[in-house]
Amino acid sequence: MSTAVKADPAGPAGSANPLTARRPLGDRVFQILALASGLLVLVILVLIAVSTSQQASSWFSTEGLKIFTNDWDPAAGHFGALAFIYGTAITAVIAVIMAVPVSVGIALLLNEVVPYRWSRPIVYVIDLLAVVPSVVWGLWGILVFAPWIQHIYASIASGVNDIPVLGFFFGTPTSGASFFTCGIILAFMITPIVTSLSREVMATVPQIDKEGAYALGATRWEMITGAVWPHSQGGVVGAVLLGLGRAMGETIAAALVIGSSATITSRLFAPGYDMPAVIANQFGEASGVFRAALMGLGVLLFVFTIIINVLARGIVERSARRKRGG
Amino acid sequence: MTATAIPQQAPDLREPKGWRSTKNRTMTILMVVSFVLVIIPLGFVLFTVIAKGASIISWQFLTGSPIPPNVLPAGIGGMWPAVLGTLLITGLATLMAVPLGVLGAIYLNEYGGKNWLAALIGFMSDVMTGVPSIVMGLFIFSIWVLHFGYSGLAGAFALGCLMLPVVIRSSYEILRLVPDSLREGSYALGATKARVTMTVVLPAALGGIVSGALLAIARAAGETAPLLFTILTVTEANPDVFNGANTSLPSQIFSNASQPYTGAQDRGWGAALTLIAICFILMIVARFVTARFTRYSR
Repeated sequence: MSTAVKADPAGPAGSANPLTARRPLGDRVFQILALASGLLVLVILVLIAVSTSQQASSWFSTEGLKIFTNDWDPAAGHFGALAFIYGTAITAVIAVIMAVPVSVGIALLLNEVVPYRWSRPIVYVIDLLAVVPSVVWGLWGILVFAPWIQHIYASIASGVNDIPVLGFFFGTPTSGASFFTCGIILAFMITPIVTSLSREVMATVPQIDKEGAYALGATRWEMITGAVWPHSQGGVVGAVLLGLGRAMGETIAAALVIGSSATITSRLFAPGYDMPAVIANQFGEASGVFRAALMGLGVLLFVFTIIINVLARGIVERSARRKRGG
Repeated sequence: MTATAIPQQAPDLREPKGWRSTKNRTMTILMVVSFVLVIIPLGFVLFTVIAKGASIISWQFLTGSPIPPNVLPAGIGGMWPAVLGTLLITGLATLMAVPLGVLGAIYLNEYGGKNWLAALIGFMSDVMTGVPSIVMGLFIFSIWVLHFGYSGLAGAFALGCLMLPVVIRSSYEILRLVPDSLREGSYALGATKARVTMTVVLPAALGGIVSGALLAIARAAGETAPLLFTILTVTEANPDVFNGANTSLPSQIFSNASQPYTGAQDRGWGAALTLIAICFILMIVARFVTARFTRYSR
């Protein structure tokens, strides 16, 4: 090796300047491979949009704006999807309302309260929660959780049925598999992601701000509201939006516990339906416009979640960058 | 009067008393409560799955075939078709998504740097992690299944699409941590960029990349929605991933969960325990790899 260098100090084949020499083929091929893999992400996203909209086009063209009516009757050829959009929104909102305070609480606990050697096992537990598959949540939800919570629903409903506002939301009818059960299960499922993103955002709060608050005599909670929260507010909003997106798209658990009834009702303990669940349950036996309609629900779901994710990632990224001082 | 020594009041450095400290304490307790609120359902789920699944799982259950009809009690046949399907389909998805994901991350960190294309790809890959898994199933159905029919390969494509952005993100985070001095050292020795990346940067980041990939596999192995319309659900083992309908543990759990027969439900619990065991083992291995082989961390 060293003798070869001595023999030809000007480099291989006497090329003039190694800095301006052509890069070897392998090097360029590797760069192109890497670029292609990166571009694959964009290609897949575009392909998803194009191919699913193509398959759904007959739904959009035959029903037109009637896709947003509350009239889902495949046998009669009516495919108005409002009930599913409503169910998706309601369950996702219930999930977010329940998951966010808990997630922010855990994030604060991990970042500001417990010492490092305790925070690791807590993170493991949260990760375990994230690894439990959706279908296992669904199995447990429908066979164990729903029958158990049905009695609680029934007693709540009989208590509040005649009270104006509460009765409107929590009155009869009740069912173990319902909007509310689905919301609870979804809340369990989105807690890990909201927690970890909130932590990430809160970790960007400058140490000196926190120490400043303590130096002024603040209690820990005052330090959190005065130093941590103003810095991480925006990012936590982004994390919440991401959780909302996850809850909207979560399929299998919802398909098992939502009750499978295409109705629009204010009663949260009543069975309902949402977009991913109806796709999962009915796609197998669908054909023609029916299949196109379910495919179209997928397109709507894709569009909604992409919008929410772009917004959320934008917020998270912007707040993280501002905090780093960039 | 002699100046009696008025005891110099020492400043009170203890925690403030009263409303402020009460509020502080209440909030701390609420934070602990929120963690407990998460442990309870998790513990409850794990307990139920283990309690109901442990009595079902046996060698016969894991390796027996075919999957019997719903009306039959557990103890006849077995879940081998689903176990095999899960292993093959997830394995194939891994073979597709991990190399491409790592290459994508290499582009983002080593080649892209701060240019607009890399920024766009990085951003969109984060957005892609939010695409619902059922949409991936519909996507593969319309571009692959409609033309080539149901197969394990189609399921692997769908899972691969789900894993790709996750692998990109986790690998990118690790590559970013590899110190530039390593790269500069190898450039100074005259290495090309590809060589620096393959022989210096990747080995330095390997631990983190492997553990990130394992976590992505664990998530993918539990996915049902993308498999529903890509592999269908069959009862016979199908070792040929490239042809013919297949099945998987999550698909079996999904179809058994809504059955009224106890035999079917029992098989569902058994399959759930098997699936959770696979996911947790992958996660524990990932933790081990992180603890043992990670060179650079935040």
